[in-house]
Amino acid sequence: METFKYTKASAIPEAILAAAQSNTAQQGAQIRFIAGGTTLLDLMKLNVERPTQLIDINRLPLNQVEKLPDGRLKIGALVRNSDLAHHPAVSSDYSVLSQALLAGASAQLRNMATTGGNLLQRTRCMYFRNDAMACNKREPGSGCSAIEGDNRTLAILGASKDCVATNPSDMNVALTALEATIHIQGPKGERDVPIGEFFLTPGSTPQRENVLEPGDLITFVTLPAPKPNSKQVYLKLRDRASYEFALSSAAIVAEVSGGKLVFIRVALGGVGTKPWRSLEAEKVLHGKTVDDKLFLQAAEAALHGAQPQSQNAFKIPLARRCITHALTLATKTA
Amino acid sequence: MTKQKKNTYASSVSRRSFLSGLGAAGVVVTATPMGAVSNAAPVVAPSTLSDTAPETLEGAIPVTLRVNGKLIDLQVDPRTTLLDCLRETISLTGTKKGCDHGQCGACTVHVNGRRINSCLTLAAMHEGDEITTIEGLGQPGNLHPMQASFVKHDGYQCGYCTSGQIMSAVALLKEKCGPADTDVKELMSGNICRCGAYSNIVAAIQDVRQQA
Repeated sequence: METFKYTKASAIPEAILAAAQSNTAQQGAQIRFIAGGTTLLDLMKLNVERPTQLIDINRLPLNQVEKLPDGRLKIGALVRNSDLAHHPAVSSDYSVLSQALLAGASAQLRNMATTGGNLLQRTRCMYFRNDAMACNKREPGSGCSAIEGDNRTLAILGASKDCVATNPSDMNVALTALEATIHIQGPKGERDVPIGEFFLTPGSTPQRENVLEPGDLITFVTLPAPKPNSKQVYLKLRDRASYEFALSSAAIVAEVSGGKLVFIRVALGGVGTKPWRSLEAEKVLHGKTVDDKLFLQAAEAALHGAQPQSQNAFKIPLARRCITHALTLATKTA
Repeated sequence: MTKQKKNTYASSVSRRSFLSGLGAAGVVVTATPMGAVSNAAPVVAPSTLSDTAPETLEGAIPVTLRVNGKLIDLQVDPRTTLLDCLRETISLTGTKKGCDHGQCGACTVHVNGRRINSCLTLAAMHEGDEITTIEGLGQPGNLHPMQASFVKHDGYQCGYCTSGQIMSAVALLKEKCGPADTDVKELMSGNICRCGAYSNIVAAIQDVRQQA
C-alpha cells in the first residue's frame, strides 16, 4: 500500500472542502473519503486504489434512520448495513432492502459497510482487481482482459466493447426497485439524484461509474413512502449458499389487487454493469393478471438485449428463472 | 502427561520465539522484502511494551486504543490496519491474519461489542473505541463459555481460524439469529475453516446458545 495523509473530518463542509481538491471522484482519485473501508482498503492493498489522502468521515452526523413527515424514510450515509437491515422501519416497510442487505457479504462486513459506501462498491472483476492485467476501468485505454478472459461472472446487460464488469452490490438492486433518491452535498451545494440516474453504464469511459464529482459527499438516501399493500422479494442465486456474490438476483416490489398487478418494480443484480432496473419487464407486467406465462414474457423482455460473453451465456436462462421465480414468490397469495 | 508437556514447553524454544528470531535474522540477509514489510508496519513500539528508545518516522500519527480494557498510546503509520497494530505493535497475536482482504474472518475482533474484520480497517480509525480480542475474552483457566464449548466439541483442527470463529460466535449470541443450525451457519459464513471443522463449530455454538 502506498502512503497517504490521514485526516478526520469533524464537519460536513470541512470534508467537502478538503475532498474538492481531488483530481477526480472516480477511479484514480487522489483524495478519498473513508467510512467502513471494506472496499477501499481492500483495493488499496491491491494498488488498484492509490489515494494520497484519506478523509475519515466516520464522525460526521450521518448515522440516523428517520421517518420524514411525508412518509419517506431518510437513511444516513453512515448507517451500517447490519443496522439498516434490522431497522424496524426497513424490515417492515422495505423488506426487499433488508433481504438484500442480509444476502450480501458476511455479518462482520455488514457491521462495517455503510449505506453510502455500498452505493460506491466496486466490481469484483478479477482483471480490475489485478494491476498486472489490462483493464479500462482501472487504467483507461489499457484494454479489457475480461472480454477474452475469465468472464463467467461478468455482465450480460449494459456492457460495452471496453468493459463487461458487473456491479456486485445487493443493496443497490433493492434501492433501485424501491426508487431511492441519493442526496449529495458538494462544493456547489446540494442535489438529489434518482438512483436510476446515479450509476453510469461503462460505454467508452468505464472509469466513470457514477455522477460524483470531486468534493461530492453522499449524505443520505431517501426511500419513497411505503406501499403497505406491496409484497417484496429479493432472490439471489450464486455459486455458494452464503457469502458469495450474485450470478443473478432479482428485487421485486409488487402489489396485486383483484388478481392484477397494480404496482410492479423489477430490478436485477449480478447481470448488469450497473444495478439494472427493467422497465421492459414492468411494462409487460403492469395491469395484467398474475400468471406464469406472463412472468416468462416479462423475463424475456428484461433479457431481450442481453449479450453474453464467451463464458456466461448460462446467465440468460439463469436470470430468466430468477425473475420468474421471484415474481411467483412476490405474488403468491398464500 | 500434562506435567511433562508443560515442562517441555517451558524449557524449550517456543514456536513463536523461534519464528521471531528468524524474522530478526532475516533483516540482515533479505533487505528488500523486509523493507516492503516495514512499509506497512507500525513505526513506533508502544512505550509500555518496549524498553528500547522509540524509532520515529515521518508521517506517523498518534492514536490511543482501548484494547481489552487497557488504554495504549501509539504512534502508527497511517497505513497500519487494526489487525497489524494488534499483532505487530501490541503483540496480541491471538488475532490471526488469513487472507488480509476480508474474505476469511480469521482476523475477527469486536469493536464496541460488534464483530468486524480487523484487516479492513485502519488502527487510526479506532480512537476511543472499545476493542476486544480473543485474549480479552478469556484465558487458560478462565475460559469464556464459548471457548470452553469449542474445546468440548472439538471445534477446530489446525486452530488457525479458531480465534476468529470464537469472536464471531460470541458476537452472534447478541445478534438476531434463528434457532436452527442453518441460521447459525448463515451468520457464521464469514469465517472460513480450511480444515472443515464446521459441524463441530456449529455444535459448540448451539450448545452455548441452548445453555444461555
